[in-house]
Amino acid sequence: MLCIRTAVLDGIKTHAESSAGECCGFLFGYDANYTRNVTEVLAVANVTPGDKRRNFEIASKDYLNAEKYADQAHLQLLGVYHSHPEHSAFPSEYDRILALPDFSYIIVSVKSRLTDDVRSWRLTVGNFFEEEQIQITDSPYGL
Amino acid sequence: MATVIIPTPLRKFTGNSSRIQVSASKVSGVLDELAAHYPELKKHLRNADGVVPSFINIFVGDDDIRVLEQEHTSVSENTIISIVPAIAGGINHLTA
Repeated sequence: MLCIRTAVLDGIKTHAESSAGECCGFLFGYDANYTRNVTEVLAVANVTPGDKRRNFEIASKDYLNAEKYADQAHLQLLGVYHSHPEHSAFPSEYDRILALPDFSYIIVSVKSRLTDDVRSWRLTVGNFFEEEQIQITDSPYGL
Repeated sequence: MATVIIPTPLRKFTGNSSRIQVSASKVSGVLDELAAHYPELKKHLRNADGVVPSFINIFVGDDDIRVLEQEHTSVSENTIISIVPAIAGGINHLTA
């Protein structure tokens, strides 16, 4: 299960709704009692050289900075979020091929600039995506 | 010894270690050393042809080895080597 505070999720939605193309960012927090708690997110630029409405890419320097931040803040880098403008919140084959083990992948479906659906996914041992239930909480301490 | 920083998603293959000390003097030797000590990590560092996959970037200090001397890039005692996975995706080829 992925537990995320309302304000943090709202930040992801706002980023997705205000972006003309696919937005992207990092998820930080901690694992506890089989629940993954997202406490912070960091929005970063989509640097894909391709069509930003259909692809995203995060710069290596941004990834390095995210790892450094997690280390300094005593948090875990838990995964990545990105949006699918005018498409579902289900991962594409492209998402799956480039996915990393143990990362959570939040995908925001945006339709007509409004959030339509939000889902989270994780790779299974066989390299297939499995949906991860999202629990929204107002507690700053997660579940 | 040089230090390799392992990215979070690959730490499951290094016993959860985030920093690994290595004695090799070239990036190629560093990767060989990591593969020898952590066999599960090997498939993420080299493809079937034995080269670093396109979705993995190796940084020596602040520079990608692709702009240095690739795997021939030298490392020294205080060098920090970072393994940086490509983070990308998108709605191309949607399956659902």
